[in-house]
Amino acid sequence: MARFPEYYTLWDRTGIYALRAVAGLVLFFLMAPILVIIPLSFNAEPFFTFTEGMLAFDSEAYSLRWYGSILENPNWLLAIRNSFIVGIAATILATTLGTLAAVGLANSAMPYRRLITALLLSPMIVPLIIIAAGMFFFYTRFNLVGTHLGLIIAHAALGVPFVIVTVTATLAGFDRSLYNAGIGLGASPMRAFRDIVLPIIRPGVISGGLFAFVTSFDEVVLVLFLAGPDQRTIPRQMFSGLREQINPTILAVATLLVLVSGLLLVTRELLRRRSDRLRGV
Amino acid sequence: MMTAVSDQLHGASSPDALTREEILASRRQLRRRRLVALGLVAPLLAFIIFAFFAPIATMLYRSVYNPTVVELIPDTLAALGTWDGTGTPDEPVLTALAIDLKRLANERTAGRLGEEFNRALPGTSSLVKSTARKLRRADDAELAASGATMLGDIDERWTSTDLWNAVRETGRSFRETYFLTALDLERTPEGGIQLRESARIYIPLYIKTLRIALVITVLTFLLGYPLAYYLAHAPPMRANLLMVLVLLPFWTSLLVRTTAWIALLQTNGVVNSLLMGVGLTSEPLEMMFTEFATIVAMTHILLPFMVLPLYSVMRGIDPSYMRAAMSLGSKPIPAFWRIYFPMTLPGVSAGGLLVFIISVGYYITPALVGGTDGQMISNIIAFHMQQSNNWELAAALGALLLVLIMVLYWVYDRLVGADNIKLA
Amino acid sequence: MRLTSILVGAALAATFATTTVADDLTAVSFGGAYGAAQKKHMIDPYIAATGNNVLFEDYSGGIAEIKAQVEAGNIQWDVVDIEVIDLERACSEGLVEVIDFDLPPGDDGMAAADDFFPEALANECGVGVIFWAIIFAYNNETIGDTVPTTIADFFDTNKIPGKRALRKRPQVNLEWALIADGVAKEDVYEVLATEDGQARAFAKLDTIRDDLVWYDSWSQAPQLLNDGGAVMVQSANGRIFGAIQDDGAPFAMVWDKMVFDLDVWAIVKGTPNKDLAIDFIKFATNTKPLSGMQDVAYGPTRKSAAALVDPSVANDLPTAHIDKGLKADGIFWADFGETLGEKFNEWLLQ
Repeated sequence: MARFPEYYTLWDRTGIYALRAVAGLVLFFLMAPILVIIPLSFNAEPFFTFTEGMLAFDSEAYSLRWYGSILENPNWLLAIRNSFIVGIAATILATTLGTLAAVGLANSAMPYRRLITALLLSPMIVPLIIIAAGMFFFYTRFNLVGTHLGLIIAHAALGVPFVIVTVTATLAGFDRSLYNAGIGLGASPMRAFRDIVLPIIRPGVISGGLFAFVTSFDEVVLVLFLAGPDQRTIPRQMFSGLREQINPTILAVATLLVLVSGLLLVTRELLRRRSDRLRGV
Repeated sequence: MMTAVSDQLHGASSPDALTREEILASRRQLRRRRLVALGLVAPLLAFIIFAFFAPIATMLYRSVYNPTVVELIPDTLAALGTWDGTGTPDEPVLTALAIDLKRLANERTAGRLGEEFNRALPGTSSLVKSTARKLRRADDAELAASGATMLGDIDERWTSTDLWNAVRETGRSFRETYFLTALDLERTPEGGIQLRESARIYIPLYIKTLRIALVITVLTFLLGYPLAYYLAHAPPMRANLLMVLVLLPFWTSLLVRTTAWIALLQTNGVVNSLLMGVGLTSEPLEMMFTEFATIVAMTHILLPFMVLPLYSVMRGIDPSYMRAAMSLGSKPIPAFWRIYFPMTLPGVSAGGLLVFIISVGYYITPALVGGTDGQMISNIIAFHMQQSNNWELAAALGALLLVLIMVLYWVYDRLVGADNIKLA
Repeated sequence: MRLTSILVGAALAATFATTTVADDLTAVSFGGAYGAAQKKHMIDPYIAATGNNVLFEDYSGGIAEIKAQVEAGNIQWDVVDIEVIDLERACSEGLVEVIDFDLPPGDDGMAAADDFFPEALANECGVGVIFWAIIFAYNNETIGDTVPTTIADFFDTNKIPGKRALRKRPQVNLEWALIADGVAKEDVYEVLATEDGQARAFAKLDTIRDDLVWYDSWSQAPQLLNDGGAVMVQSANGRIFGAIQDDGAPFAMVWDKMVFDLDVWAIVKGTPNKDLAIDFIKFATNTKPLSGMQDVAYGPTRKSAAALVDPSVANDLPTAHIDKGLKADGIFWADFGETLGEKFNEWLLQ
């Protein structure tokens, strides 16, 4: 590791080692809490901490019982199903509307572009509790509270900014002359969009969709205000579990969710590389 | 497009001047492009207006509009009409109230009236409800004849000026009272405005929220800056690998991370077992359900929002500046402070404002790990929405929080640019 | 693109699938050991007997959530298990339906009016499910040498140091504060109706303020005792009984000045599933389901069910300790719930 230039004093070198140590500690701080819950979820006892048996690696102290109890509990199963229904539907809604709008916003002829972009991005900034209260008041009038549709609309609104941001980013590198060439060769605007623009911005669209899905999948404040017992989702179920009755089933669910987020992270990373390649970056 | 171009080639007599047709055509084309662009944006705009802006507007409206009392006791309010706010209103007014109360008791809505009065004059709910219960079976004719006396006999507070001022106050559909309460203000009997005499709650809570958000922002900066620096200057392979350790928490569910902190910080949790195991403490430390727990867990959750913008700014800094400074004789640490650090300020402000804005409105983590003293303003809004059912006050507190966020967002837009929000 | 259309189709199909079974009954109760007993003896047998689907949801008590649903006009819950201390308020504020149907006779054929204990049908808005008590309990392993025996000990931090946990609401806490301050249990509600009495109760709570832990739902009480969050906790007697019985927890209960109360099944006002709700209540308040509540040491509300109580449990039922306690006053809390609730919340935030 002695690759420092000669003019580095001992003091400077210590600084660099210290930096490394600090960076390592911060990474530990980021990862350790997430890693801790994984072994805990295999605890044979109904506790949230390591038992003596677990520390001694006694196989008796580990079990899959909390994973089993997810499958046995109809409330968890309903929650899992709802999370996917709401998440997928909200993602489709947000991605479709968001992609069209992003394409429109990329057009230099678009009037009030800055203002409209700011408006469309604002669901990302307003605190969820305010959105939740407002939606509770407003959606009640349309009988949307306590329905899947209400939740889908609410989550789609939250997901829209992410789609706009990611699609706009891919469009920024898009060479408009490709589209013009397509039109020039006789394609209809629809066809030119579908066959030329969409394949190029697709990584951005999918990436925005992923963000929209994760936003919905992870969201609990709006669910607390807008969902009835029929619409409980995984985070809602976790929230009430943490509030009322702590048992390691939640840790088992949490471990599964860490796996899901790992998968999403990999997917997005692959998409990003593909997008960079397509745009020739 | 093709035809427009060929027309231009053939039809132009002078290469510089455009013909009238060409100007018109290009205007038409611009108008068409504008329409197409608008047409693409319109569906989403309509959707967001319905799904997002209309709800926010409804909330703002609720913060000043509450017709409950007007709907419950219209006759009493009509009779009260021109009362000047001193002494006790005339007998017919009290009689009208007695009749209204009996009706409410039978409709089972006296509780709502009591609730509204109670917010203007604490202690009145029990008066309304017990009186309504007693009047429930009263004779109508007797009530019409001597309702005023009956009220006075049940409880002398029915003849007090304070109470009737509260009736008059709550009898207006549009009122600013909720904002006054949200700012710890109250009306004096003379109609002026003063600081609330009883407990002041909300302003200290706003201050506490800002303080917690500031502490979290500083902590994420102190932890995030060295990490981002290290990552930005590590060999690309290692940086990419280590970046996963930042991105995985970022992509992990908020509730998973909060759960993890509960497992760590509980009285019998991992941290306490560890501390007691190595003999650092003999008694478990009280960490769960404190402000400390809120701050630690939120710092952990928001750290990636600081690291990512810092990292992307640091990656863009040309290393030759530092080299130049050092070849001119500067030592690494002074060179860092004078040359490098100022260049990272855009990342610091982007990350800092983002973390600050997000923490000011945070709800879930304080609700789960914060106990009583780790609660923030969002939690009290949720409390008034879900527990005390004081929706108007919740709306007023929400409106103030919204103003605060808007100001911060405006600063962010000024310093960073709203469309520069980076997503990993 | 094909993937998207499959997903759209799946999502739509699933959405419709869930909306078509939306006429399920939603029953809401307290969770934990009590909820488990209700699931075992009421919910599951009802599903098995009728084929109707029941969504069984937990809440942490109080009327706020019901009130929000009724006032906003979107009813999510159909049947709720309510504490009688809250029932009169819910009933007088029009949040629950008046019980206007006949209940079936007990298994021994006795007419409902005779079979139910009078308290169980005393309120027109609910049908009694259990007799239970709010007691406080301690953990033998953490309490130290001096064990508490009276409610005054709960408020005495010199005698018993350490955290004590209370449910985060004024009900019962203010009563206990006054009793600990020397008010006779017969006079508690009278004193609490005065401004001075209220100030006195809050002043007493102030004396242990720094040692208080607040929890939201009953199921947290045994947990706090178990994982050391508090040395003494206020609890429903059944929760502590359950922890001792099922998990062998080293807990002990103090019955002194316990506040005894009933729980009822009530129907949320305006529910579209009222008929189903009535059907469920008739089923769930019959002899056999009620006798199952002894699993968590709660007394059944029918004589025919009380006859089925195992003699070994009898001493753990609140009815065996009636002389030490006071009856929760639902009418007092109907009148003062709002006023004292606001005062309590302000006090908490100070």
